[in-house]
Amino acid sequence: MTTTTPPTTGSAANAASGARNYPGYGRPFWQRLLLRREAAIIGLLVVVIVVASATVPHFAAPITYNFLLLDMAPVLLISLPMTLIIITGEIDLSVASAMGLSSSVIGLLTQAHWPFPAAAGVALVVGAVGGAVNGLLVTRVGLPSLAVTIGTLALYRGVAQGLLGTTAVTSFPAFWTDLATSTIPGTLIPSVTIVIAVLAIVFGVLLHFTPFGRGIYAIGLSPDAAVFSGVKIQRTKFILFVLAGLVSALAGIFYTLRFGSARGDNATGLELSVVAAVLLGGVSIFGGRGALPGVLAGALVIGVLASALRLAGITSDVINVITGTLLVLSVILTSFLAWLQRTRLSAGRKRRVTNGPASS
Amino acid sequence: MNSLKRLTRARETGILLAFLLVVIATTVKNPSFVFSQDGFRDLLVTPMLVLLIAVGEAMVIITRNVDLSVGSVIGLTAYTAGTLFKYTDIPWLLVALIAIAGGAALGAVNGLLISIAKVPSLVITLGTLYAFRGINVLWTGSNRINSTDIPNDFQMIGTAQLLYIPVITIIAAVVLIAAAWYLRNTRGGREFYAIGSDPDAANLYGLKVGRRVLLAFIVSGALAGLAGVLYVARYGTVDSQAGSGFELQAVGAAVIGGVAIFGGIGSVWGAAIGAMLLLTINRALPVLGIQDFWQQAVVGALIIAAIVLDRILALRQARRLTVMEDSQA
Amino acid sequence: MASPATPAPRATPALELRTISKSFGAVVALRSGTLTLEHGKIMALVGENGAGKSTLVKIIAGLYQPDSGEFLLEGRPVEFRSTAEAKAAGIAVIYQEPTLFPDLTVTENIFMGRQPLRSFGRIDRKSMHAEAIALFQRLGVRINPDRQARGLSIADQQIIEIAKAISLDARVLIMDEPTAALSGVEVDRLFAVARSLRDEGRALLFISHRFDEVFALCDSVTVMRDGAYISTAKIADTDVDEIVRQMVGRDVADLFPKQQTTIGDVLLDVKGLTSAGIFDDISFQVRSGEIVGLAGLVGAGRSEVARAVFGVDGYDGGTVVLAGSRVPGHDPAAAMRAGLALVPEDRRREGLVIGASVAENLTIAIRQRLSAAGLFITGRRENEASRVWASRLEVKSSALDAEVGTFSGGNQQKVVLAKWLATEPRVLIVDEPTRGIDVGTKAEVHRLLSQLAGEGLGILMISSELPEVLGMADRVLVMREGRITATIERADATAESVMRAATGAAA
Repeated sequence: MTTTTPPTTGSAANAASGARNYPGYGRPFWQRLLLRREAAIIGLLVVVIVVASATVPHFAAPITYNFLLLDMAPVLLISLPMTLIIITGEIDLSVASAMGLSSSVIGLLTQAHWPFPAAAGVALVVGAVGGAVNGLLVTRVGLPSLAVTIGTLALYRGVAQGLLGTTAVTSFPAFWTDLATSTIPGTLIPSVTIVIAVLAIVFGVLLHFTPFGRGIYAIGLSPDAAVFSGVKIQRTKFILFVLAGLVSALAGIFYTLRFGSARGDNATGLELSVVAAVLLGGVSIFGGRGALPGVLAGALVIGVLASALRLAGITSDVINVITGTLLVLSVILTSFLAWLQRTRLSAGRKRRVTNGPASS
Repeated sequence: MNSLKRLTRARETGILLAFLLVVIATTVKNPSFVFSQDGFRDLLVTPMLVLLIAVGEAMVIITRNVDLSVGSVIGLTAYTAGTLFKYTDIPWLLVALIAIAGGAALGAVNGLLISIAKVPSLVITLGTLYAFRGINVLWTGSNRINSTDIPNDFQMIGTAQLLYIPVITIIAAVVLIAAAWYLRNTRGGREFYAIGSDPDAANLYGLKVGRRVLLAFIVSGALAGLAGVLYVARYGTVDSQAGSGFELQAVGAAVIGGVAIFGGIGSVWGAAIGAMLLLTINRALPVLGIQDFWQQAVVGALIIAAIVLDRILALRQARRLTVMEDSQA
Repeated sequence: MASPATPAPRATPALELRTISKSFGAVVALRSGTLTLEHGKIMALVGENGAGKSTLVKIIAGLYQPDSGEFLLEGRPVEFRSTAEAKAAGIAVIYQEPTLFPDLTVTENIFMGRQPLRSFGRIDRKSMHAEAIALFQRLGVRINPDRQARGLSIADQQIIEIAKAISLDARVLIMDEPTAALSGVEVDRLFAVARSLRDEGRALLFISHRFDEVFALCDSVTVMRDGAYISTAKIADTDVDEIVRQMVGRDVADLFPKQQTTIGDVLLDVKGLTSAGIFDDISFQVRSGEIVGLAGLVGAGRSEVARAVFGVDGYDGGTVVLAGSRVPGHDPAAAMRAGLALVPEDRRREGLVIGASVAENLTIAIRQRLSAAGLFITGRRENEASRVWASRLEVKSSALDAEVGTFSGGNQQKVVLAKWLATEPRVLIVDEPTRGIDVGTKAEVHRLLSQLAGEGLGILMISSELPEVLGMADRVLVMREGRITATIERADATAESVMRAATGAAA
């Protein structure tokens, strides 16, 4: 908001005021921290955990969190690159299919007696290539990512199912399957949490503390201004789609090991949970707004609700109602708050204009 | 005057040819694909549920929106219809009308949220995809409607024929023709295209954008409701997962049929033929010696090919127009 | 000489605005808009950018609602809440850039929402088609009514808007800078159409920056300045000098504090720059300490040249050399590294990341340099850098995290200038640097540019405002239809010499 200082037309006024001292922020630290969407969703997470611990028997047990994290690991992982993609104003619906494809590739290569690390390596490469195909179709051919990734959603899933047919490969080395479900020694925290934490920090830094991340926000808010500021839009988006493919493949490897089963239809429909988590976490579908901590909280809210309800003996699919309702409520609430702010702002301005001196 | 020329140039013609090609190739390999009673009926009946929701989806996409909740609407309305059959003696026609009205109401929920709260349809219908399915699961649990619960005279619809044409196909054809007629020949229908072509210009022009978008979602919901009733008639059993995944088939059919994902272009004819092609390929692959696990891959490749092709055609068209203008100047 | 109060006309005017005002938040866009349009007459509306013409037009169109004042149509007060209501009342507005539905045919665009019907509410395509052909015949133009609107030239789009207005039988036609993007032939065609509409008794309003057109077409002229009505006069009773004086309203010398600078070596050397169909064989130099004006009509290709030099668009031939080294094409990041900066024409879309904060905008172009090891950037470093540039340009902001979208035009332009000065460029290209900003900030921008040139920067200034070009530039390049048609030294630069080169005709 502008200050109420009258417009300066002469240099005398400016010289008198000297160099202005601009405060960095318009509001105190606690307000900036608390009055934002991420804070709301993190608060919601805390409330959900507290209520669940108090009312649902056995929820407070550490083992609950163990399963919760294992269950949510793929969503948590993929929501990281998905956040960046949605902030640029694009979307990737093919991530769950890329997981299935990665799972199939591992299964196929394990059947062919490849050592597991080599098979996993190939799966990662396949994931990256899948992401690159999305990226090329979006950036080079100039197609809308929504249509492209609906297409590759079917394509990658189809290839995954075509490669393995109806067979499920289950003969994985015990070392690796144990590792996937292992816990950090001395705790009940799954080891995969370390992978999630490391990647969350990497993506968090990339988005919030690098020039590349500044470019991502600029692309989402104003593609034209981004171009004029030297942001390489096509390259940025391409990199993000490749990262999404890569992380999806990683999630696919984890999924395969955790259930000890490589199948073409692994993780079907997971893309919707990822998108829901990202949007619930406060990222705008129009791009340009959102932050990673909110997204992690969004994913965990879904996970906590799911496991609490399951423990309470309610069918696990109830979570669908809650995810859906939360998603709808969160966007409508944003819309409503923006409307409220606009009307309040314009009312305030009108008052100021009528009371204050004429501005020119 | 130029109707023949227009017909050969139309985007829909290409997709129709692709469909015929698939049918002919498969029939050559195995004549019973068409020339047997079951083959002929499957050819005409199998795609109809997806065709119906693809028609609704096309109307929504033409206004530059998308409806991801249709699969969940099918699930809810199918289970509603099944429950009514199981526990009441309401005549089946009334049950069908209730299901269609229910679908329309669910569509209206989507449409109202989108046009009043002004939030993107992708997010809203993703949310209602979950919510509607969740309500369905809550209600259904592990119950299911079995074919023994369904009155025989209604189940007949799934198999009945009129002059060798399956009744389900006739219903779908009537819907398709009505939707196509509306979109092509009425003022309201043309506004769908104007809105999708440039929503801001439509507002500036004074078109009632919100009202049309709401109508599109209501129609999409009602057609999903109709598909839900026919689901009961055709399959006889309904569980909590009925219709899941149909939304992507509907969007895929529309895109393959030449409906542009950002609105303003395409027709329900294209979406309908797209649905025919999609579901017929699924049945044709095994006959052609390709394992049916590859079905999805073919579907995906088709969608990608269709949008790349549309893009190339658009660029060519733009180039041709500039060349024409240069030569005029 | 015209008097501020128009004499009462004999017949009821078609449209009358009396002291209309309109504000947006703290910004007063229109203080007292007054305008009278009569049947069978063409009125010109002139004024500098930011004089309030567009706001006035949007109020007439029903897009904005006035805060105060009277709006009479055929003598009766009206209050339009939407464009549809204004349209129904017989007002048609043809914008500079028409908004057609690109995917629909020309015919459908003309008749959208009121297509002729047959039984069952079915659109009568045959008679719609025949009507479209009849309309185009009447207008004497050849446009295929069955083609898509996508890809039509601006001129043809405007003709379609006019056809739309005629088919609506609009009594009042507003044309907002319709000739801005038209070629000579197209302008002649448009004028022929406008005259025939006038002769049918319709009232027309013609907004233009081109005085030759105003004098060729219009019956009277209304001048606006700083959101207020200044005067109305019969065309026969006034001349260009008088109108310009009323538009500017102050002594030109006061406004442009041009410093004497020593002009040094060549910094920017553009040779033979060509982009097929857009501009051709553009060569010029900008020296250290020099302000080079790039004048010409809108649509002459000036902004396109700037975009190509800076690398936003690619080009087909030619070279751009900065201080002896070649600047690669189609790469704004490389152009920035080489020492180029571009303050673009469209401030809200291209200049600023609307929705982001002051600090984010001020540092977006220097985000690489601000980051430690080229990798990590923090809010603290952004704020430190922003503080320096915000205070140097005297940006008015309560805090660095304020959103730039809420700023006034002048304050936004300061942010854009600061953003680019932060890159420490050697050559600064400014495209319409004072468009739509208030008089005070305008003077500040001019002083700043002058001061920068004094510090040894080379400046290329694109401007459609003749006084600005004449007051600021050491040398004026004039473009017409994609080519540089004249280079005029400061001493020889007059409104007449520049306009003649820009229009290619005797002014």
